[in-house]
Amino acid sequence: MKILVAVKRVADYNVKVRAKSDQSGPDLTNVKMAINPFCEIAVEEAVRLKEKGVATEVIAVSIGPKVAQEQIRTALALGADRGILIETDVAMEPLAIAKCLKQICDKESPDMVLLGKQAIDGDNNQTGQMLGALTGYAQATFASEITFDGASASVIREVDGGLQTLELKLPAIVTTDLRLNEPRYASLPNIMKAKKKPIDVLTTEELGVDVTPRTKLLKAEPPAERKAGIKVEDVAQLVDKLKNEAKVIV
Amino acid sequence: MPNDLPNETPNEEENLILDSIHRWLEKDVVPYAHDLEQADEYPYAMVEQMKELGLFGATIAPEYGGLGLSASTYAKIVSAVAEVWMSLSGIFNSHLIMARCVQSSGTEAQKQEWLPKFASGELRGGIGLTEPDAGTDLQGIRCAAVKDGDYYVINGAKSWITNSLEGHVIGLLVKTDPKAVPPRKGMSMFIAKKGEGFNVTRKLKKLGYRGIDTAEISFEDYRIHKDCLIGGEEGRGFYNAVGGLELGRINVAARGVGVARAALKHATAYSQQRKTFGKPICEHQAIQLKLGEMATRTEAARLLVEQAARAFDRGERCDMEAGMAKYFATEAAAKNADESMRIHGAYGYSCEYDVERLYRDAPLMIIGEGTNEMQRIIIARQLIERNPI
Ligand SMILES: Cc1cc2nc3c(=O)[nH]c(=O)nc-3n(C[C@H](O)[C@H](O)[C@H](O)COP(=O)(O)OP(=O)(O)OC[C@H]3O[C@@H](n4cnc5c(N)ncnc54)[C@H](O)[C@@H]3O)c2cc1C
Repeated sequence: MKILVAVKRVADYNVKVRAKSDQSGPDLTNVKMAINPFCEIAVEEAVRLKEKGVATEVIAVSIGPKVAQEQIRTALALGADRGILIETDVAMEPLAIAKCLKQICDKESPDMVLLGKQAIDGDNNQTGQMLGALTGYAQATFASEITFDGASASVIREVDGGLQTLELKLPAIVTTDLRLNEPRYASLPNIMKAKKKPIDVLTTEELGVDVTPRTKLLKAEPPAERKAGIKVEDVAQLVDKLKNEAKVIV
Repeated sequence: MPNDLPNETPNEEENLILDSIHRWLEKDVVPYAHDLEQADEYPYAMVEQMKELGLFGATIAPEYGGLGLSASTYAKIVSAVAEVWMSLSGIFNSHLIMARCVQSSGTEAQKQEWLPKFASGELRGGIGLTEPDAGTDLQGIRCAAVKDGDYYVINGAKSWITNSLEGHVIGLLVKTDPKAVPPRKGMSMFIAKKGEGFNVTRKLKKLGYRGIDTAEISFEDYRIHKDCLIGGEEGRGFYNAVGGLELGRINVAARGVGVARAALKHATAYSQQRKTFGKPICEHQAIQLKLGEMATRTEAARLLVEQAARAFDRGERCDMEAGMAKYFATEAAAKNADESMRIHGAYGYSCEYDVERLYRDAPLMIIGEGTNEMQRIIIARQLIERNPI
């Protein structure tokens, strides 16, 4: 079984991102970059499936600038077998990313595509679903457990009301939620070995995908600063304030 | 924090390595280090993780199962670990100094025999030089090995030997010819595995550097095969011991950077939270002067270490540079720990915060790996030697 894992380069989750002074977007100069945490969970799941003998090959694919190779290299150090970088300097929107991934699916015919449910930069939560529509593969989003039975997979998803189990025919698209697994850190010997694993570099032109942005970012502003809170005397006062000032309960 | 000197292209592999180290520290060390340290308990679980990470083979050559990392990358790993808990770096630091003695002076058979096991962490250890009556003056050691057929019989005592209780092997410095003049010519180094007559007699209680074992050893008719004599030739032990010193100093200097950085980090955060007289203390000039000095010292220490490590990696002579880095970075650690404690007020004196640990850990680095008195003397000597009139 072949698994394709999508990994996105985003600002590290520990970084406090600021808006650029001209409000043209987030300021990412000298900011530490990392694999999007949900994508990391996807890589971990793919690697575990390989270790269990379910998967035979794990391919990490990233769409982004040349330096996104670092994130592919991380995925390779975590256990992926090879990488594909679709190099572009365009700020890619979910649909453009999904179209690129569709091209890769056509080329590679994976049995499963694992993606993060969303990336922590745009928080769009769209790419997996769009890829599902473009490829016609079965899809299950927000996975917290994946099991296999021959040509089908069973996925437990986290939904508002609790958990839902879906049976999927392969090939399938699964997006990961936080509780699917706890990703490992790469060992140093595996980092050294990752140096020798291949990364193919493609361009969006070669794939024939139109990546022109369809939305325009008007401005990026930091959220309003929180005002200092107050201490209430007792429960009665709290309820009163929630009812009459904040108007959050009736 | 920028990690590169000017003109250096960022190194992808090094970034990945440091990233993994930071992940490990954050997830598996930070939450437990404080309690283990306070209880002076050995971090067994972390040692297993360090084995998996590959740290015990960090500087061992790849042909012997190690990673063959550069001194520069290694120093950054050491700083990162020491920033979280200095004792943890000691578990692989003196182990790797022992490995280095074997790698640079051992016979091919010795390298094949020992290095792969050192690299995997299956056999761990340290370096046994100091004795109750001889530290700086290593030529004054009394531990002696007497030849008996294919074996040597060792008698004597070692003191302050880190990793000797939990480890399996030490690089042991002894006299094979106690009458030699000068005495260093009669000194030899053995790869000494624990066995009959190799008795770890007492784990020492220490001001800091807790959790890791530092102990006294007594040798009573300890028999060791001649194949364990490093290099297979008597009389080279002193050179084996001091041969690893450049890397040893870079390594201790890197710890200094880590501790200095930790002290600065805590002070930077706390001084923004703590308010007196209507403003955060970081806005009081007295605190700003401290922070300004601490930050500059940390950065200067880091650059000195990087410079010495790079010279080492280029194969250049760097004894003076390593000595300067060791001296400056370890003093920086002690000063920053002191200033951080002052900035924290009473909380700095509390065992619930990490600052008091930094304050206790820092002095070891001033003493170990050549005292800072000796460093300055050596720097001065070399200064004169390199600049004759
Ligand atoms: C926690 C800890 C762990 C250690 N781990 C190890 C280990 O794993 N293996 C090991 O072999 N050793 C270890 N040591 C020992 C350490 O290397 C020695 O303490 C160090 O070399 C200094 O020796 P000493 O303590 O005998 O001091 P001494 O040599 O007695 O020095 C005492 C003082 O005199 C000064 N002095 C000495 N000679 C001169 C001189 N010629 N000119 C000017 N000043 C001088 C020194 O700077 C110092 O201030 C450890 C020590 C500590 C504290």
